[in-house]
Amino acid sequence: MPIGLNDIIAILPEIIVSLSACVLLIVDLFIPKGKKFFIGGIAILTVMVAAFVSFYIAGAGLTGMTVFSGMFAADGFGFFFKGIFFVIAILVILLSLSYVDTEGIENGEYYIFILFSLAGMMVMASGVDLLSIYLGLELMSLPVYILTGYAKLNKRSNEAAMKYVVLGAFSSGILLFGISLIYGITGTTELTGIATALSAGGAEHGALIIAVVMLVAGFGFKIAGVPFHMWSPDVYEGAPTPITAFMSVGPKAAAFAVILRVFLDGLAPAYDTWYLILSIVAVGSMVVGNIVAIAQTNLKRMLAYSSIGHAGYALLGVIAGGEEGVASVMYYMLVYAFMNLGIFAVMLYMRTTKRSGELISDYTGLAKKNAPLAFVMLLFLFSLAGIPPTAGFIGKFYVFMALIHAGHIYLAVIGILLSAVAAYYYIRIIMLMYMKEPEGEFEFVRSRPILYVLTLTAVVVIILGIFPGDLLSLAQSAAVFL
Amino acid sequence: MFLTYLPVLMMLAVVGAMGAAAVIFSSFLRPNNPYGTKLSPWECGMEPIGDASTGHFRVHFFVIAILFIVFDVETLYLFPWAVLLTDESISLLIFIEMFVFIVVLAIGLIYAWGKGALDWVK
Repeated sequence: MPIGLNDIIAILPEIIVSLSACVLLIVDLFIPKGKKFFIGGIAILTVMVAAFVSFYIAGAGLTGMTVFSGMFAADGFGFFFKGIFFVIAILVILLSLSYVDTEGIENGEYYIFILFSLAGMMVMASGVDLLSIYLGLELMSLPVYILTGYAKLNKRSNEAAMKYVVLGAFSSGILLFGISLIYGITGTTELTGIATALSAGGAEHGALIIAVVMLVAGFGFKIAGVPFHMWSPDVYEGAPTPITAFMSVGPKAAAFAVILRVFLDGLAPAYDTWYLILSIVAVGSMVVGNIVAIAQTNLKRMLAYSSIGHAGYALLGVIAGGEEGVASVMYYMLVYAFMNLGIFAVMLYMRTTKRSGELISDYTGLAKKNAPLAFVMLLFLFSLAGIPPTAGFIGKFYVFMALIHAGHIYLAVIGILLSAVAAYYYIRIIMLMYMKEPEGEFEFVRSRPILYVLTLTAVVVIILGIFPGDLLSLAQSAAVFL
Repeated sequence: MFLTYLPVLMMLAVVGAMGAAAVIFSSFLRPNNPYGTKLSPWECGMEPIGDASTGHFRVHFFVIAILFIVFDVETLYLFPWAVLLTDESISLLIFIEMFVFIVVLAIGLIYAWGKGALDWVK
């Protein structure tokens, strides 16, 4: 089938991002070492142009079409997630600018890999065919594997990259096997076609449960859901901190976009088959994530377990299903991106030669030394714990509300009880910051870009917590699949 | 049905016999004079370091091999493309598509070149 103008317009944002990444690869060759922040600047500019074009396409009513013979959908759902990805990419590049300098890993490719990964996430959010989804997933993952091992002389970084790439390849293989089983059962890889075939009797097929388990394993690896979470604490700890920040929000949001589409669109007629499997993953993630996080002394490992727990909450929204459930997950991912990037920004602001900012004990008595920093940290921790008036509360609130409306009272009760457990380890850090006397010397990275990120994320976390209406209704209007 | 493939089996047998014959007969005729340089594995004219069977070789070979594979795959795509190009309803479209693909590969090559992957001595 020939490619028309519509197809090109629909993927224009993706074209801009990947074309710019390709051009930057060449430009990078002519930029001397020490001036590589220039590449970062152009990368930010590219993301802004792509965001503007997406905004224009979404606003001009050009959405709501499926292009490339049903492989790719330019719909509101995709654009909402792309908006989250654009914000994440820009904030992560801003966070990286000073970090790569102090770590001695300054390189143009660093920013280019972020752009390629962004392109992959965008394809994932718009993919309506299991094959285009898989293509996007790989394009997103491969640059992140490399970025994880970017601190080439750091053994922990090497170990993290090795673990991530081996387990990642394994999970991709399982996912592909699941896709091939789905193809065998339904005769198509298109999500709408799968839904039609399943409601026409395919849902009774015996192999469907194996296919669903494999899909859950493949996507569960990306969101670090229990029992596919083993990699995440080691990888989060070893990766360069801005990349950990990127991993904890970007690929996770992209994987949730795919999970929402695949399970609530393609596999919707087989709800009875996957409902229990996803419930087990969700409850397991919340239990393991929140309870193991209590025992951590390293902030990055603690955030890894907390991110496992948050994946569990967001999965509850998928289980709730319906327009409300989808919107609650979309909103949760948006909020989670801001609060998690904020907490990583605080960590990067503390990263000096004096202390790594990675140990929880580094924050002892921070309030006496730098009250504003301690305050924004408190804000992000409250938000992660889900305490009003921060955005994290609203995010959790809508997920649980969708769950109760869908009739899953028990799951909601388990989720709420476990978020009370989660409050313990977040508030422990606040206690360390405010109740203890400072130990040792404090020094801060006086980097402007990190300050911008801190300000922006803190303001957004408060605004989304007090006035959630606009973005929530945007999410609700976008929570319709093609 | 299996009889159809009998010539293939015979061919295999003949090839195996000829190979074995070449090795066996020449071992009677050729002078036997092994020495260190002669027994060392040939690595593109490089001095071998250590035993080849341990799997240690210069990383540079690996980079070249990867570049080689990229262009191997390109050729793989070019053949079916060249056959389909005669179909006029899609010829212009796939002509452009293939050039987009080749440009992407070329960017990769220029990048590798600029990074010094093609320079042997550093």
